[in-house]
Amino acid sequence: MNNLREAGRRVTIRLVVIQILVFSLLLTLAGRLWYLQIRNGDQYTAEAASNHIQQVVAPATRGSILDARGVPLADNETRLVVSASRTDLMRMKDRGKSVLTRLAGVLNLKPEDVAAKVRLCDAKTPKPCWAGSPYQPIPITDEATTQQALQIRERQEDFPGITAEPTAVRRYPGPGGSNTAQVLGYLSPVTDEEITKAKKTRSPLLRSDQVGRSGLERQYDAQLRGKAGVTRYEVDNLGRVIGKARSDKAVPGANVVTSIDARVQAIAERELDQAMKDARKEMDRNTGTNYKADAGAVVVMESKTGRIVAMASNPTYDPNAWVGGISGKDYKALTGEDSGFPLLNRAIQGQAAPGSIFKVITTTGAVNAGYSFTDHYNCSSSYSIGNQVFKNFESKGYGPIDLGQALEVSCDTVFYDLAYRQWQQDGGNKPQHPSDWFYKTAHQFGLGKETGIDLPNEVRGRVPDREWKKRYWEANKDSWCKQGKTDDSYAGKIAKENCESGMRMRAGDSVNYSIGQGDTLVTPIQMATIYAGISNGGTLWNPTIGKAVVSPDGKQVREIAPKAHGKLPFDGRLRDQIDGALAGVATKGTAAWRFQGWPQDKIAMHAKTGTAEVYGKQTTSWFATYTSDYTVVMTIAQGGTGSGASGPAVRKIYNALYGVDEQGKIDEKRALLPHPEAKLPKIEKDGTIEAQPMPSPSPSASSSESAAASASPSAASSGEPSPEAAGRREDDDR
Amino acid sequence: MTSPVPYRARRFSPERGTWSRLTARDSVLRRLDWVMLLAALALSAIGTLLVYSATRNRTELNQGDPYYFLLRNLLNTGIGLALAIGAVWLGHRALRGAVPILYGISVLFTLAVLTPLGATINGARSWIQLGGGFSIQPSEFTKITITLGMAMLLAGKVDAGDRHQPDHRTVVQALGLAALPIAVILLMPDLGSVMVLVVIVLAVLLASGASNRWIAGLLGTGVMGCVLVWQLGVLDEYQINRFAAFANPALDPAGVGYNTNQARIAIGSGGLSGSGLFHGSQTTGQFVPEQQTDFIFTVAGEELGFVGAGAIIFLLGVVLWRACRIARETTELYGTIVAAGIIAWFAFQSFENIGMTLGIMPVTGLPLPFVSYGGSSMFAAWIAVGLLQSIKAQRPVSA
Repeated sequence: MNNLREAGRRVTIRLVVIQILVFSLLLTLAGRLWYLQIRNGDQYTAEAASNHIQQVVAPATRGSILDARGVPLADNETRLVVSASRTDLMRMKDRGKSVLTRLAGVLNLKPEDVAAKVRLCDAKTPKPCWAGSPYQPIPITDEATTQQALQIRERQEDFPGITAEPTAVRRYPGPGGSNTAQVLGYLSPVTDEEITKAKKTRSPLLRSDQVGRSGLERQYDAQLRGKAGVTRYEVDNLGRVIGKARSDKAVPGANVVTSIDARVQAIAERELDQAMKDARKEMDRNTGTNYKADAGAVVVMESKTGRIVAMASNPTYDPNAWVGGISGKDYKALTGEDSGFPLLNRAIQGQAAPGSIFKVITTTGAVNAGYSFTDHYNCSSSYSIGNQVFKNFESKGYGPIDLGQALEVSCDTVFYDLAYRQWQQDGGNKPQHPSDWFYKTAHQFGLGKETGIDLPNEVRGRVPDREWKKRYWEANKDSWCKQGKTDDSYAGKIAKENCESGMRMRAGDSVNYSIGQGDTLVTPIQMATIYAGISNGGTLWNPTIGKAVVSPDGKQVREIAPKAHGKLPFDGRLRDQIDGALAGVATKGTAAWRFQGWPQDKIAMHAKTGTAEVYGKQTTSWFATYTSDYTVVMTIAQGGTGSGASGPAVRKIYNALYGVDEQGKIDEKRALLPHPEAKLPKIEKDGTIEAQPMPSPSPSASSSESAAASASPSAASSGEPSPEAAGRREDDDR
Repeated sequence: MTSPVPYRARRFSPERGTWSRLTARDSVLRRLDWVMLLAALALSAIGTLLVYSATRNRTELNQGDPYYFLLRNLLNTGIGLALAIGAVWLGHRALRGAVPILYGISVLFTLAVLTPLGATINGARSWIQLGGGFSIQPSEFTKITITLGMAMLLAGKVDAGDRHQPDHRTVVQALGLAALPIAVILLMPDLGSVMVLVVIVLAVLLASGASNRWIAGLLGTGVMGCVLVWQLGVLDEYQINRFAAFANPALDPAGVGYNTNQARIAIGSGGLSGSGLFHGSQTTGQFVPEQQTDFIFTVAGEELGFVGAGAIIFLLGVVLWRACRIARETTELYGTIVAAGIIAWFAFQSFENIGMTLGIMPVTGLPLPFVSYGGSSMFAAWIAVGLLQSIKAQRPVSA
């Protein structure tokens, strides 16, 4: 019996063990269930959603960029785009090689070019390569003919993973022969990184998106892009549609109306190009060779608002080269060593010493420092400080003149003297609380910082003040001192001098600075802002290109009001004095020969010429001009003198704006824009924006020549002269 | 009618009507474990809804009739209930006499699966097609017959009072009795059922009071067996893949890991309260294969959430808790052993089934008792409930 009870107890104990085991198993299940559903539930919810939701993306139509009269500078056209799905190709045994080779045959392309287009970009891969998402179909060409597209579609078994679809692609129509390349910018496919970055913003990116990379396309990307339509289908495990989930309709991008006038833009581009060509025919007496005139820019700005009417940069390119993915050859032509870097917008990214157009700043600085505008200062043919001799331009002397006359004749020695005296007052080589009037004034004129134009990547230029000198010396002293020790050449001597005294503001620095030479750097847009400021009474406007953002239905119009970023540091009297002096430049001073016959009584012209010396290069031509309506600033690097190289071009731009002929007669019918365009183009009820007719491009020799010179790399590579291409575009428009 | 007749006389009195027998204070109905019964019924009811949810859209399975599986599941549950009532009616003691016959039949059926009569589903030849869309899975019934057979052998001498513990010879006989069908099922190969059967054998031995050496020996043999099975390459590729997918959940989510991955997404996306019955995207979209049978728990996880899926685990816990009580309270070793076998079976099979959907056990083809669609497993589970009820309801012989 005892044994029996013991056996019974053993069974009971074992039953308890079983029970404990059983319930620990159940607890394990409950714990795991909690972990999956409560703790990680969100993650699985997302996974489930991505599981059964298929997205069909309908890209939004990108908004147009229009000129002030509604003429499209950038719009869209429908083209047959042949794309390859990388995901499909990579699944094939030969990684899609045979398909791509076959495709190249149909498209009349080289197989290696096609292969290069579908490879992914990484640090080692040279362009062309695909920088977008690997899951997005990669466009091979957007110029497929209907026949090619049909071949691909009808023989799908030969072209797995290849599609040929009509797609809206960006087009830069170049109205009236204008190009506007650097201002418009270009698009390229979105990268994975950008998608991640934009995920939580108000305008998230889709894999199929193209984003603006520079210019207005980038600046107004969020407005232009719109929102792609996404239809989400609930699908089952076999991809069969079992329902429709939340869908977002495509919202087309807004249109951006700019203050650019395509007609003026075309003329500005043409004249800039012509001026550079003409400069290349001129002999540079200093170097004994012709001027290189390798880069130039011109800005036409509304004086009273800072709005940009035209902005040209040369060398230039055809923005259409970027459409549908850029070819390797084209990319090289745009970015290679010998390209001249046409992607740079030299109006905002090119910087150079300003030369004499800087003297308005020196003049203002001098008056503010206590020197009278009307006192007479000796304009000698040269000016000596110690054993250094600073010559007047072309060693001319004018005797005692006031500051206005000094501006008119651009007398350097007057400003040398002012600068030297001021330098001495500030303590010379042992500065004691220097007031640095001239440097302070440059900052007050907005130099050394961005003007705030609505374009990306504006450069700041430089005011070589004491602070900068110190920083610059600290950064370079080691290499200067090293070079100064070993090198006996001129450059070596400069290096040695810089090594020893580069941290100080030397007399020579200040003297050079006073006439806009030396280390000062300015951009054309900065100088345009300043001269417009002188014209309008002292307001420094942020230059603006965007005038209004118009919603695709035309119902919402958000006007972009120009903003000011400062006032010029002068009173009305000084402004009038400078204004008068600059009018004198145009009528009897350094620019007078370029404005012969100008109807000064009807349209008061003001100008200042500048010729900046650049170490080791030919002089930079500067020409800053304004009327009460417009400010035009032009510069040509290695182009010669201010009025010499840039004068005729600027005059022709004014001629076109006001309808003035070479004799000075005003024909209002020929005037393109006698007054700045204040109104927006007419917006129709359906949201379309009415485009004013463009004058047919003038058949003059200069226009066709210029078009050929600014020819795109693609046009050049296909051996096709640009005027023909422009003509065909016109045909397409009709 | 309620005259104070002596207990035994009243119990076996032939003149009493059925109704009075059922309503009497000490009637069978009153002695049943209603808590367990209701829990099991609730599980079957939930199961029916889940089966319907999982199959109403599977046109390739339900022959265009969304209620096809619902009706069949109801029918199966009905038959299962009838079988349970039959088991109670007959009483486990009466069945005890029939155990050798039942065992023999079940072994024969199991063997028949290996003949051309058998049908292969999902890599295992475990079914006998009966025509008309009906088929049976003999291994389900083997779980009962092995339990009953081993209990009969092991408890025989103890219940008779000859011994206080099964002797070695009896244990060897009992193991031999279990080994035959297990070997046949291993050949199918139906690894899941083999695992359940081995666990049942272990629990039966434990509950029988067999010496610790047997338990240890059996555990050792089990481990050795696993190693042997792995080493000898008896496993089919699909079985190895299942283990690989279990060991590495991120493995090939479109291939071998698809099932577990989709199951986990379904359950995980349910959250606290689920997407609502019939509203699960994973279920509606048929992303989880075998969802009405082996992966039924994923429907609960997705559509009923933690609340509903937790309720299923809770109800299973109730059934097992009551079964444990029955195992402890019955005075006959036979009843204890049978109850222990059933507990091990339900507990392990539930753990394996739910565990594989949660990714903590490798995938095997085992249904969730009461909940999964499937006639054989439904019948077997309800017969087991009937046996437990009968153990509870029947008074000791020598009271």
